[in-house]
Amino acid sequence: MSGESLLEVENLGIDLKVEDRRYPAVKEVSFAIRRGETYGLVGESGCGKSITALALIGLLRPPLYIGGGTIRFKGQEIQAARAGVIRRLRGNSISMIFQEPMTALNPLSPVGRQIAEMFVLHKGATWKEAEKHAIEALAKVRVPAPDRRVKDYPHQLSGGMRQRVMIAIALACGPDLLLADEPTTALDVTVQAEILELIRDLSADIGTAVLMISHDLGLIANMCGRVGVMYAGRLVEERAADEIFRAPSHPYTAGLVASLPLLGARARHGRQRLQEIEGVVPAVTDFPTGCRFNPRCAARTDICIAEDPPETSLPQGGRVRCHHHA
Amino acid sequence: MGLRVNLWLGGVLFVAVVIAGVFAPWLAHTDPVLDANLMNAELPPGEEFWFGTDAQGRDIYSRVLYGARISLTVGIVSQLINTVIGVALGVSAGYWGGWWDDFVNGLTNMMLAIPSLIFALAIMAILSPGITSLLIALGLTNWSYTCRLSRASTLSLKSQGYVQAAKILGYGDARIMFTQILPNILGPIIVIGTLGMGGAVLAEAALSFLGLGIRPPYPSWGSMLSDARDQITTAPWISIFPGLAIFITVLALNLLGDGLRDILDPQSKARTA
Amino acid sequence: MLSYIIRRLLQTIPILLAVALLIFVMFSVIPGTFASSMGDDGRGLLDAEVIERMNREFGLDDPVHIRFAKYVWQLVQFDLGHSFRSRQPVSQVIYERMWPSLQLSFAAMLFAIVVGVPLGFVAAMKPGSIIDMGSMVLAVSGLSLPKFWLGLLLMYLFALHLGWLPSFGYGDGGLRHLILPAVALGVSPLALLARTTRAAVLDIMNADFVRTARSKGMSEARVIRWHLTRNAMVIVLTTVGLQFGSVIGQAVVVEKLFAWPGLGSLLVDSVSLRDIPVVQGCILAIVLFFLVVNLLVDVLCAIIDPRIKYT
Repeated sequence: MSGESLLEVENLGIDLKVEDRRYPAVKEVSFAIRRGETYGLVGESGCGKSITALALIGLLRPPLYIGGGTIRFKGQEIQAARAGVIRRLRGNSISMIFQEPMTALNPLSPVGRQIAEMFVLHKGATWKEAEKHAIEALAKVRVPAPDRRVKDYPHQLSGGMRQRVMIAIALACGPDLLLADEPTTALDVTVQAEILELIRDLSADIGTAVLMISHDLGLIANMCGRVGVMYAGRLVEERAADEIFRAPSHPYTAGLVASLPLLGARARHGRQRLQEIEGVVPAVTDFPTGCRFNPRCAARTDICIAEDPPETSLPQGGRVRCHHHA
Repeated sequence: MGLRVNLWLGGVLFVAVVIAGVFAPWLAHTDPVLDANLMNAELPPGEEFWFGTDAQGRDIYSRVLYGARISLTVGIVSQLINTVIGVALGVSAGYWGGWWDDFVNGLTNMMLAIPSLIFALAIMAILSPGITSLLIALGLTNWSYTCRLSRASTLSLKSQGYVQAAKILGYGDARIMFTQILPNILGPIIVIGTLGMGGAVLAEAALSFLGLGIRPPYPSWGSMLSDARDQITTAPWISIFPGLAIFITVLALNLLGDGLRDILDPQSKARTA
Repeated sequence: MLSYIIRRLLQTIPILLAVALLIFVMFSVIPGTFASSMGDDGRGLLDAEVIERMNREFGLDDPVHIRFAKYVWQLVQFDLGHSFRSRQPVSQVIYERMWPSLQLSFAAMLFAIVVGVPLGFVAAMKPGSIIDMGSMVLAVSGLSLPKFWLGLLLMYLFALHLGWLPSFGYGDGGLRHLILPAVALGVSPLALLARTTRAAVLDIMNADFVRTARSKGMSEARVIRWHLTRNAMVIVLTTVGLQFGSVIGQAVVVEKLFAWPGLGSLLVDSVSLRDIPVVQGCILAIVLFFLVVNLLVDVLCAIIDPRIKYT
């Protein structure tokens, strides 16, 4: 896989430090993203997908620390690199957009200036030139009347607009990799589709690979070629998007797929209870022994409590981490 | 770790001051007002007079102990008055709204425009000096912040489900205010009350220092410092102990308030840790 | 922006009027208490002639609303009556004592800002360090210190013992006389500013938009310069505005201690002497000063933070 891959993550661990003890919030996560690929990372809140992305861009802050493993970007190891090295990658080669566009933008600065900053920081432009580029960037993210919008402050824009500004900022310098952490979760449903389309189109234009993070399996399956499923800090399954719905291998993934309410199901099958996965996600400080999913798993046996399941490659393509995978 | 230190240190210091005040008659060596022997005037700290004596020959140590009674009484009582006024006005204004709310708002704005010490001075100008007047003056000048806070909390609680539910069940206004709203604002109110007590002790000391609060010969720490000023060249130690007493008392209340805030009001914007 | 300023001005006027009304109500109660309290003081000033003079001065025979109207009318013309003690026009007395008070308040506040804000900033940059713990301990101590005690100690140490600075008085209005009172007055706003700045900086450095700025590839130094400063300034300014009121109030005590010829000491003396017109005038002047400072601070905040104009 190396050579072709843009990003290689091998056995990445992220520790949470609580009063002198280190808890492995994320444990031995491995995946790779190819150039131009859109890779999805899906899981419930608290499964560690956001902090994995933060680790990739070097934005983990105490009490979270990288606990082990390697992150290779364009062949270069960056997980332990000096701060200056990673900083040069940020904005330029690796960008990130966040979930809450309102708080993600500086309230005291016009949005145009916040976009222009990218050109001044990375392309050596003057502020005048950068402003012009900012207007072009706004036009590219399909903001109407960009020359006027440039002077607006974040609080004057709607949620969807602000997210477009964030996308403009993130893609301004044509990065190789875009980390999109739940970019539409905080937006109205009607706007969500537009924003996702925007991300898809623009990244295709520039050739940017996208790591799309979401808790919404449907969204992920739509946007991404390959999907990684995370649970309690572990990557439990990685499959092609179309296959993961059809034939999930890990019990957790199966539970996720089954819990999606199907359109027209009631008409076809009559009233049914919504499927749920029993139990709750364990706290980081309280992970069970063996497989972290075992307390909630219907297929649990003794080995599941005793041993952490190793990663196995599936014959039909993809990987899974389960003693009793399908 | 640092957070709970506040609570413990503040608590211990406060208890020490309370003990000093409550047990003053037993801990003191002399009567603070009557035992004045000019032969002993302005003696430095020594075996007989632990903190030395003042210009009238009175034992400073005993006077400092008795002074704790005055400061604590004024601090606690005046802050209590302030809190009651502030909560009453704030909760009722937030709950009923309308012209009453406008009126309370206007009143609060006006109070906030007058520095509290100045207002206390003004009140002392029309009342005869003494501890009652002092309590009234200090009790009327520091309620604005409590009022604002109570009002804001009441407004946000008013729209909560359980308050609406109580209304539908037919609870009277007063009952709702006391049983539904009050318990929920208690935390921040206690914090502000504790910190406010520190302010009240400082204010009493200031007013007594100016000669407008507790007057000599009663042993208010503030008035003791006022006397000390005249003696500063000949007997500087007179300035140290009363001031130290004020400092320790207010420090205790501040630490206690900070510590309580970490427990009772962790969301507060005023947090400093 | 202009509409915001006008709105704030319009908000200020009713407050001023309300304060005037309050003072009027408070001190028109005087006559009854006047007689008894004056007697208490052992001052033999009060007799029928004085009461007669007060009646004339205050028009105490007229109905209340007429008196208030007259009072406001006089206020607008800056006529604050005449001092009981010196027969001077109150406005003149206030004018003479105004400048030293302004000097002292501003000097104290400046001292508090110049030392307190950087202290809070440094503490926030290294949370949990010795500097952080140390400065927060200092801060809470600073808040607990009685200013007049601090003033006394400073006076003793620097003026009497070391002889470096004059121990009291205004002197020629120069800096040497200003230092001790300004420091004594400025220590507690300093402490509060240090704490507030620290909290504000910590909040901002952990805020989402700072994370965005870092994700753009900005160095920490740039982040501090471009993002932290303006956002923190609003909070600091607001605190300064609020603290000014307490500074002005506490200045009364410091002025008395250092025999500083300002409005504060004037107020205290007048209260002792029951010189009512001067007391009224002082309070009004002080409140006006505070309101103006607040207005200026609000306008400054609105310039920095564009969201404020719209509230």
